[in-house]
Formats: sequence, C-alpha cells, structure tokens
Amino acid sequence: MLIRRPDDIPTREITPESAYLGRREWLAMTGLAAVALTPGPLLACADAATVPGPDDPTPYDKATTYNNYYEFGTGKEDPSQNAGRLKTSPWTVEVAGLAKRTGPMAIEDLLKGLPRVDRTYRMRCVEAWSMVIPWQGVQLKDLIDRLEPGASARFVEFTTLNDPAQMPGLRSGVLPWPYVEALRLDEARHPLSMMVTGMYGKPLPNQNGAPLRLIVPWKYGFKGAKAIVRIRFTETRPATTWNVVLPNEYGFYANVNPAVDHPRWSQARERRIGDFFKRPTLPFNGYADQVASLYSGMDLRKNF
Amino acid sequence: MQLNGLINKVARPIAIVSGVVPATVITWRLFRGDYVNPAEALEHATGFTALWYLLASLSATPLRYLTGLAAFTRLRKPLGLWSFGFALIHMGCYLVFDQSLLWGEIGKDILERPYITVGFSAFLILLALAVTSPIRVMKRMGGTRWQALHRMVYVAATLGVLHFLWLVKRDITEPAIAGVTLIVLLAIREIHSEKGRRRDAEKALDSTSQ
Repeated sequence: MLIRRPDDIPTREITPESAYLGRREWLAMTGLAAVALTPGPLLACADAATVPGPDDPTPYDKATTYNNYYEFGTGKEDPSQNAGRLKTSPWTVEVAGLAKRTGPMAIEDLLKGLPRVDRTYRMRCVEAWSMVIPWQGVQLKDLIDRLEPGASARFVEFTTLNDPAQMPGLRSGVLPWPYVEALRLDEARHPLSMMVTGMYGKPLPNQNGAPLRLIVPWKYGFKGAKAIVRIRFTETRPATTWNVVLPNEYGFYANVNPAVDHPRWSQARERRIGDFFKRPTLPFNGYADQVASLYSGMDLRKNF
Repeated sequence: MQLNGLINKVARPIAIVSGVVPATVITWRLFRGDYVNPAEALEHATGFTALWYLLASLSATPLRYLTGLAAFTRLRKPLGLWSFGFALIHMGCYLVFDQSLLWGEIGKDILERPYITVGFSAFLILLALAVTSPIRVMKRMGGTRWQALHRMVYVAATLGVLHFLWLVKRDITEPAIAGVTLIVLLAIREIHSEKGRRRDAEKALDSTSQ
C-alpha cells in the first residue's frame, strides 16, 4: 500500500533544540507582554487561533520533561525525575497468544534485521495538548509479520512492565496495573503504526517509554504503551487500562476526533506545547487520508 | 487580649500583602521557563492559589471558635480578596489562552461542561463578594442582607472543590485534600453553632422553669 508520507522529516533536517528553545521563550515573553499591556493583540490572536500553526518539532527537553507515565507518578515532571532507575538492558519481551512464534525474546532478536524507520509525527494527548516528535524504530507491521499471528488473531495487546522496585508510581492504586493497551490487528498493521526505540535520533529516554514503546499517531497518546514486556495476539478484544477504569471517558479506539468531546472537556482544539493559544484539532490527528478507511461504516461517536 | 493584638498587628498586615508571594513565585517560574506548558501551568497555579486562599479565609471563623480569639475574623477579608484576585487571573487565562476570547465557544463551554459551569459560578460568587466587601457597601446593604450574601462563600468553596475534582483525569489527591479541609472547616462551625443552639435552648428552658 502506497501512502503519502509528508510527515517523515529526517532527523538531520530538524532545527537544533537550542534554537527552538530560544525562539519559543522569546515568543512566550512577547506574547505575555502583549497580554499584559493591550487588549488589541488578543483579538488578532483570536483569529490566529482558528488557523492551525506549523508542525515544528517540539524541543527535546520539553518532550522529555512533560510526560504522562503513571508508573513513575501522576505529575508531568515525575517520569523525568523518577525513570532513571529503570534498567532497560537486558530487556525481554514475551510473545504470547495466537501466533506461531511465542515465548520470551530478547529485544535485539525481536527487532534484528527489521527495516528502521524515522518519522516525525504529531502526538495528541487526550488532555488536549500536543507535541511533534521525530521517532525512530520499526513499522509495527514488520514486527507482527515476524511473529506470524494465526488466522484467528484479530487483536494485539501490549503490556507495560510492572515492577514496583523500578517504577515507584506502581505503588499507588491510581490505575490497575500492569498498564495494558491494544489495537485491532489491521490498525496495528497500518504502515503508520510504529514500534519505537528512539526519538530525536537518540535512544528513547526512559521517561518516554524506553526501551520499546508503541506509537499510533492518529490515536490519543494513552494508546501508546511504554516499556513493553509482553505482546499477545487474541481473538477477542483485550481489556485496556483506561477503558476499564473510565469506559465512558476513554474508548478502546481513542482515535483523535475533534467532533467527539471527552465527557468533561472539549476535544475540538489543542494546545501545542510551546504555544499559549490553542489550535484546532484535526480528525485522526491529521492522518485521516491514510487511516479513515480503517473505520468506514463505523459510528465513530459510539466507537470513540 | 495580647494575642488578639498580635493577630491585628502582625498576622493581618501579613495577610494583606501575602498574595504577592505566590504571584511572584508563579511569575518568576514562568519567565525562568520552568513551565513546559506555561498557559496550563498558569491556569493551574492561579486556580490552586485562589482555592487555598478561599479555604484560608474560611478557616478564620473556625480558628476564632477554637481559640476564642476574635481578631481572627479580621483575616477573612484580606484572604478572601486575594482568593478573588487569583480567581480573576485564573478566569482571564481561561478566557484568553484556552478560548482565545471566542465568546460563542465560552458561552457553550459554560453551559455544557459541568466543571466549567461550577467554576464559573464560583467565580461569579467571588466577584459579588469582592464588590460588596468595602465597609461602606456593607453599611449601604444593611448587615442582614450583606451577611446573607456573604454566606454564599461556602457555596463558592464547594463549587471550587468540585471544579478541581472534575477536571483531574484520575489522581484525585489534590482536590480530595482541599475537599476534606473544607469539610473539616464546615464541621467545626457546625459543631460550634450546635453547641450554641443547645446553650440557647437550655437558657430558654431555665428561664421558663423559673
């Protein structure tokens, strides 16, 4: 299947972090000064807020210090402060369920020889903020093919490490552990779905899901399970963590959809990290051309 | 008597200027670039500060009951006004950063989203209380009417806690702490006024039996 890939920006073309940082800070300062001094520019900003801005990659130090990763605490800075203890090597992934190749596998063997891909994707959190991140890893499809799921397999489930000794947040009962996410197999095989091992051309930081995480750019960020220790193929839909604890707020599909609000807040707009004002959220996070056909005939309001 | 003097001469002036401290800390952190998501951080920090100023203001009367020091009452107003001040910035951030002053969206948000509805209502109450806080306004209104209006502060605090509770995703620790604080403050008042009612009833009984 041939897809348009306007988002594959090679890492070398990305502006250095320091340049972005400086620019953003300057923008923030002047923006704030404008807010403080005169009401005039605000009205101009109101117009600007209805037009999507450019997809500049988020500065590295912002993408690595503002994370939702409850295994390390519920605060946005908790993962960057607490994830240092996580030992990511050696790393074993257990493959289970309806596949030919099952059992424990070293991460190196799991990924060995698979074509590496480098893609810059928008990342939209269900909390209505977003980033743009250059990811490195493999297409999930290639990994799945290697594991040879059986004909009856319809879903693939990803489980995050559940080790309180390395992950202090696990001692809280804020979510039922381990964290589990899953995709329909056709979603998982879509060329945009990635198994990620690096970002910004560097090894994946612990707080961003090292050593192995899922990235599905047209879905809300919580679908992207981190520190994956288990991949299981099933015939029936697996129970996924956020969907289990708050089924009316977090659906199994969790496709980014500005038309379907979270029961408590709007999903129509999002704040790109680094911006003060919000921009419109795009259907399927801007990847509708590539992925909308996966859901043809489905009521996306019901299957949110 | 001396302790009352201490509250009037030391605690009250401190309360009057105290809001400068969180305002400075928030501004400092903002300009130092501590906040990855500054608009959200500003909203959260000002909302959090407003709620805790409100709870601090509501602790004045329970503290008076517990200690017998009448001067605590005089802390209510400065603390309450700081609560309003931070709530005002909080509201401003929401209107400007979240909604880009799109009034149609704002109206819809207030009507459709319970956490916005209760937050907005709490703000309107604080606004009414702040506007009627000068002594001359109180005198013009008359003590009874003024007091009836200012009892709404409990509604504002309850709505403030609900607003906080309804916006968190899963970890309710912080709103729960605020909620428990509010319940404790209300319980102290309730126990005290219950005692007062009983005292009054006993007095009434004594006078009839004589």
